Parts: sequence; C-alpha cells; structure tokens
Amino acid sequence: MYSDKVMDHFKNPRNVGEIENPSGVGEVGNPVCGDIMNIYIKVENNVITDAKFKTFGCGAAIASSSMATELIRGKTLEEAWDISNKAVAEALEGLPPIKMHCSVLAEEGIHKAINDYRKKQGLEPWAEKNPHSHDHSGDSTCQP
Amino acid sequence: MVTIYIAFTIVNTFRNYKNIPFRATHPELIREGTMSEKRIIYLDHAATTPVKPSVADAMWPYMNDHFGNPSSIYRIARESKNAIETARAQVAKAVGAEPGEIYFTSGGSESDNWAIKGIAFANRKKGNHIITSAIEHHAVLHTCQYLEKEGFSVTYLPVDRSGLVSPPDLEKAITDKTILISVMYANNEIGTIEPVAELGAIARKHKIPFHTDAVQAIGNVPIDVKGQNIDLLSLSAHKFYGPKGIGALYIRKGMKIDNLIHGGGQENRRRAGTENIAAIVGLGKAIELATADIGWHNSHIRALRDRLLTGILEKIPYARLNGHPEKRLPGNLNVSFEFIEGESMLLWLDDEGICASTGSACTSGSLEPSHVLLAIGLPHEIAHGSLRLTLGDANTEADVDFVLEVLPKVVQKLRDMSPLYRKSGKEGGCNV
Repeated sequence: MYSDKVMDHFKNPRNVGEIENPSGVGEVGNPVCGDIMNIYIKVENNVITDAKFKTFGCGAAIASSSMATELIRGKTLEEAWDISNKAVAEALEGLPPIKMHCSVLAEEGIHKAINDYRKKQGLEPWAEKNPHSHDHSGDSTCQP
Repeated sequence: MVTIYIAFTIVNTFRNYKNIPFRATHPELIREGTMSEKRIIYLDHAATTPVKPSVADAMWPYMNDHFGNPSSIYRIARESKNAIETARAQVAKAVGAEPGEIYFTSGGSESDNWAIKGIAFANRKKGNHIITSAIEHHAVLHTCQYLEKEGFSVTYLPVDRSGLVSPPDLEKAITDKTILISVMYANNEIGTIEPVAELGAIARKHKIPFHTDAVQAIGNVPIDVKGQNIDLLSLSAHKFYGPKGIGALYIRKGMKIDNLIHGGGQENRRRAGTENIAAIVGLGKAIELATADIGWHNSHIRALRDRLLTGILEKIPYARLNGHPEKRLPGNLNVSFEFIEGESMLLWLDDEGICASTGSACTSGSLEPSHVLLAIGLPHEIAHGSLRLTLGDANTEADVDFVLEVLPKVVQKLRDMSPLYRKSGKEGGCNV
C-alpha cells in the first residue's frame, strides 16, 4: 500500500529527535485522530540550518515528518513556507488517498514552526495563503 | 495440464502445511531480498485461517470428477447432492441442530444480512424494533443501520469495560415492538465471549427471535443451539481452517423469515443459487474437525496465548490487555501500548515476518479507531495503539518467543520517536 520511498522514510526516518533551544517548534495533530507531529527548527540568517521531528502516528505520518524535515533543511524561511503538502507527498512518491492528511500535517507543522520562530523574533506571523488549498485527494478529516 | 499441475501443487502445499516452515510452503509470500531469510509467523487467525490439508483433500473431487449440478437428475449430480447433505449433517451436528435447519450461504456477512433483514422484513407487521450490541461485527451493525433507514428502530446495547453485554440491560431494552435480538457469540477484536445462553433465555421468555453471529466462536467454544436458546446462528468456514466464500445460517424450524437471495429453488427454496459444492464439502469437513479437535485446540492455543501475554506484560511497560481476562476466545490477545500507533507497529512486525492486526484507525480505511475499543471505554489515543494477535493450531512456542523478542524492540523504537512518550515524562521506560 505504501511506496518504496514511504517505507524507506518510515524504516529509516531522517532527523528524529528534538533540537535543544530550537528557534521554532510546530506542534500539530491530535492524539484522538491518531497522529501528532512536532517539528523543531534551528534558524540562522533566515536559513533553516537544522530540522528535527517527533511523531506519534502511522507509517505515512512518520515518513511525512521525515521527508518534511529533509525538504526544509538548508532552505530560507520563505522557501520552506512555500513547501506544500503536495510537495511532501510527491517527494514520497505518493501517499494513499486516506493518508494525504499526514502530508497536510507536515505542511502545517512547518508553518507552525516558522511562525513560532517569527513570534519569538517579535515579527508578525505569516498568514496561511489559502487554508483550503491543501490537496486532500479524497481524504476524510478527523474531528476530535 | 498446467491447471492440473497447479492444482496438485496447491493440494500438496496444504498437505504439508503442518510439517514444513511457512516460508517453504508459501514461497510466494516471501519477498525478494527483504524476507528471504525470515520466517513468516502468522498471528492473525481471527482474520482468516489456512485450509487444513484434509479439508482441501476432501474438496478436490468436487472440483474434478463430481462437478455435477446437484439440481440435475443424472448420477454425477446425485454425488453432488449427497455431498451437500453430508456436509449439512456435519454442520448440524457441530452446533446441535437438525440438518433441515442448516442453510449454506456465501459466508458470515451473508448469514448476518439474511438473519437480520430476513427476520425484520418478515415480522415488520408485528413491530419495528431490533436490539443488538455496540460491539457487533460490521456485517451486523451496518445491516442494522440500513434497516434504520428503512423505518426500523435499533437499540445498540452498551458493553462493560471487558466487552460483556448485560442480560438485565437486554431485558430492559425489550419493548412490545421488539422483533429481533442479535448479539454476537464472541467478539472478533477483543475475544470477549458473551453470555449467549442467558441472553437467549431472555429472548425466548419474551418470544423474540434471537440471532447470534458465531463466526469467531465455532471451533473455539462448544455450541448447542437448542440448549442455548439460539434461533439463528451465523458461521463462516474460513475462520476454522475451511475455505473462504462459504458459510451457513442455522434457522430454527418454524421461524418466520424472508429470503435474502431470490431465484432458483436451492436450499429448500430459501437461498437461491447453484451450490458451491466443493466449498460446502470443505465447510462440512472443517467444522467436523474443528469440533472434534476443540479440546486439543483450546489447550494448545490458550497455553501459547498466555505465554505471549505474560511475556508482553513482563517486557513492555505501559501495556494493557483489552477484553475479558477469562471469558475470552482461547487464541485471542488484544493489547494496547501507550504512546504509539498501531499501524506503525504492524509495519515493523511485518518487516520481521509477523502477521498481526490493529484496531487503529489507520488500517480501517477511516480515521476513527475501532468501535469495539471505544465501546469498552478506551480513550482514542490508547485505542490507536492496540495490537491484536490471534493464535492458531500451527503456532508454536518458538513463534511466541520470537514475537517476545521482536515486539519490545518495535514498541521502544516507536516510543522513542513519539512526542507523547516525552510529554508523559516516561522516557527511559520505567515500569509500573
């Protein structure tokens, strides 16, 4: 049911753990729905120099977290902000429709971590461009 | 020639099932590279079971020489007809019924649909109320929900924390409009065995038809439909080492029930469709073996199950048993592990060759965890971390010990990356 890429990132997740004194943290998801994702970022000169994650969830949630941290490392905050859930899913060579919400969670986690950093810097948090633009592809949403 | 060769290969595979490691008998299941050196440990017998060699042997002639349509008049057809009647008698004997009360169906889901819709529609002039439980299989629950759209009203009895339906609750739920009570014999997820005889006695006292889905119970629990006041009983062959796609519905003589499948006059004009003779023969043979072996089967898998449970609770902190500690199917183990999610557990176990199941949402095709685990009061996050291991005849102590070696590592690996584990301050895994 999962692509080889998803299985690779599930079995060998990249960047598991926490960052001590992170520049920003994004906590998303809900235990009621069966997935919680925490994304930690280290920002230097507007660039994400380190990213780590901790996730409670299914194979797709773990793989999406792993891929998301890989995608944002070395990116400017603007570049990282523009990484969509679709980009995470595509980098994983696709997710089953029912699992697309895991990639949505990853995108939300990145955004929350970036805005957490901006708030700490005394900056206005960035607004979600279009909160309904996620590609859910037939996904159903858990209502805790 | 090719077909015959393949068929013989299959029969030989079944014949050797018990003596040869799974990887040798099922080479097609061993994935190149990843699994080649690993054995397969099958611990999902509540999902389905392998067909016993002697069952497959019994079926073979009915796919070969005795292919006649039992409704025809010539000799080869009579062979088919006789085989069906032998199987009917075997099923009847296994549950304490008369052969004339056994009707073959395509399996558990059809039997449940027939029992519930058939009784409901045949008795709708008497009333429109049905009583069932909150932890039924979807074949019962979704049928009841369909009937609600058709104007019936359904009471879903709650269960206690171990999954038991309370007989006084049943009696209180009965109204003068109640036309059917359907409560499962044993639960497929948590293995809890319901007080069927008591529930049946209450139904009988109020003269209401009582149906039980015994799909998980056959071969694990002795069943006597007369002694237990059961009016309708569903069963399915592939849960007790028979073939898939075949089951039966016991309908007590004199019940008023509509047909579900309309057409030809098969099954005493109650269930149309040319009989699946080979599968029916397989069902008959499998149920005969399952009820004859019930003592050995029970003690064998119960001992393995208990060894597994003890080991899990010893080696893994923050684990709890779901379901009733004693009133449960001998091979069923359902455990929740806090701070982790079931699907990721299954993926890692599969990587080690262990086949298991979970009540987590992530494998159910929805985002809600198992309705059974929620009904026994588990919080969502604990329900998401459940693991069901169901043992079978071919499992060994070595299988159990291998699981006990692998599972603690899998749980720890997932806990180490879980933010819930950190939040609860339980990193380091101190035992409680």
